Amino acid sequence: MSALLTVEDLRITFPTRQGPSEVVRGVSFTLGRERLGIVGESGSGKSQTGRALLGLTPPPGTATAKRLDFDGIDLRNASPKQWRALRGGRMSMVMQDPKFSLNPVMTIGRQIMEALAFHGRSSRAEKKARAMAMLEAVQIRDPERVFRAYPHELSGGMGQRAMIAMMLVTEPDLLIADEPTSALDVTVQIEVLRILDALVKDRGMGLIFISHDLRLVASFCDRVLVMYAGRVVEELKASELDRAQHPYTQGLMNCLPKIDNDTRPLPTMTRDASWAL
Amino acid sequence: MATAIKTGGRSRALPFAWKAAKLLASVALTFLGLLFVTFLIGRVVPVDPVLSVVGDRASQSVYDRVYIELGLDKPLIQQFWIYLQKVFTGDFGDSFLTKRPIMDDILRVFPATLELATFGVILGTILGVPLGVLAAVKQGRLADQVVRVVGLIGYSAPIFWLGLLGLLIFYAKLGWVAGPGRIDISFEYDITPATGLLLLDSAMQGKWAAFRNIFSHIILPASLLGYFSMAYISRMTRSFMLNELAQEYVIAARVKGVPEWRIIWVHALRNAAVPLVTVIALSYAGLLEGSVLTETVFAWPGLGQYLTNSLQNADMNAVLGGTLVIGVVFVGLNLLSDLLYTLLDPRVRRRG
Repeated sequence: MSALLTVEDLRITFPTRQGPSEVVRGVSFTLGRERLGIVGESGSGKSQTGRALLGLTPPPGTATAKRLDFDGIDLRNASPKQWRALRGGRMSMVMQDPKFSLNPVMTIGRQIMEALAFHGRSSRAEKKARAMAMLEAVQIRDPERVFRAYPHELSGGMGQRAMIAMMLVTEPDLLIADEPTSALDVTVQIEVLRILDALVKDRGMGLIFISHDLRLVASFCDRVLVMYAGRVVEELKASELDRAQHPYTQGLMNCLPKIDNDTRPLPTMTRDASWAL
Repeated sequence: MATAIKTGGRSRALPFAWKAAKLLASVALTFLGLLFVTFLIGRVVPVDPVLSVVGDRASQSVYDRVYIELGLDKPLIQQFWIYLQKVFTGDFGDSFLTKRPIMDDILRVFPATLELATFGVILGTILGVPLGVLAAVKQGRLADQVVRVVGLIGYSAPIFWLGLLGLLIFYAKLGWVAGPGRIDISFEYDITPATGLLLLDSAMQGKWAAFRNIFSHIILPASLLGYFSMAYISRMTRSFMLNELAQEYVIAARVKGVPEWRIIWVHALRNAAVPLVTVIALSYAGLLEGSVLTETVFAWPGLGQYLTNSLQNADMNAVLGGTLVIGVVFVGLNLLSDLLYTLLDPRVRRRG
């Protein structure tokens, strides 16, 4: 398995009034063309890790790493121009809520075609054909209508499919999905995940799936990183979740309701201060 | 903004005619209210309209006759009804001061104000919007501070003082621009009045020497008004842009590899333009009211000066007429900004 992405000792720091605060504290992993899940609670640094991989750490935050290689390119010294070619072109990200992550005053069609506009030359007709094909690939039944629609005219599930279409139309090698279904209804979640799963498999992309939902991640990914307070506390094969060593992961597992064991009330997490050290 | 996602299925079916009728009805109601309030104010102010006609040395019999001629003996409601009927035929009465119909007076002075205000708001917009965008993009840095300080001065310096200063420097000392007034007397009879907008009239008639003279007169007061509206517009643009640049769709655009200039000027500004339309329209309306102080300092024969004069001479008909014109301008600009709103924001477009 050739490594598509190598991350070593990634650290993300935000200045605060009390001095710099490190929200990601030395995360390391490698990724091939596989599906890697990152699980963690709010504030564990999982989303910031995902954004740093795209060079989108929001200022005044800063990201540093000993190594940050994407397919042989050292991302740490990438110029803005290199970044623009990589983003959208070779790596992409599906965000949480289509209600906010799609531009409300631009049609879906324009937004998808815009992703193509800055990666390679193609005519308007070609771009439109690719956008329409992509809308069909995310199983939108009426792509012509959605192409012309504004974001507010679509349901959440439709919007997220359009978002996926927009982010995959350039056929990137790496996709970061940051809570891609958390804003959707449970019934729609599964549909959208199936579509995402099929596309990732068919195109042989690397996927980083960021979520707070341990079970969802485990059923969807090959490998799982568990993050807590800015560190990776555990790395597991998705099939071996029950062999978790770290008490945080074990705690999470215990909180899941089991169908054959009706424990009431469900146990809650107790956090040990030493985990955050 | 993000809450207004749903499109009402029923309102989408509303025929256009119904929408237009609703709009017209609301405009009519607004005008009726405006008329009533201005009329009331005109009647309750402690100014005796009879005295301003007959003078304070008239005999009681003359006073009484004029009192009846003006219809002041009738009940207030009836007076209002008579006034209303006249207004609908375009008759605002005669000015006590100029002895001409108010309508003629206003048609004469309003273009001067319109020309100055339009020039001013155009300057304010083409400077204010880019400066506001710049300040938002460079938030907290030098460019931002400079824009904010320049804006602050625009906000807080008294306009007559800046006007006098401008005249002193650019007219008296440097001689770069012409002085007070709209046009030099030597050119005044060159131009046949058509629209009343002198720049437009002179250009259409090909009188370029007069055009240059008019431009030289208008540029200083227009820059001054432009500076004031720029202060307001740039400040609002900055805050709208900061709001938009913090949105998720901006990050999504970056993820797509969209260059930063396009994110700022296309994605974010296009969204910020929606509330900005209202700000610019309000700023324009403010200038159209006739900036009394500017018009006084620059001896600009516009609506502001006319109203001030009328007020000082207790010419209530003229004051009412002028106030009504300002009301019309406000309602008109509001309608216009509503219209632009629907053009700019697809979320409003399909709603009733």
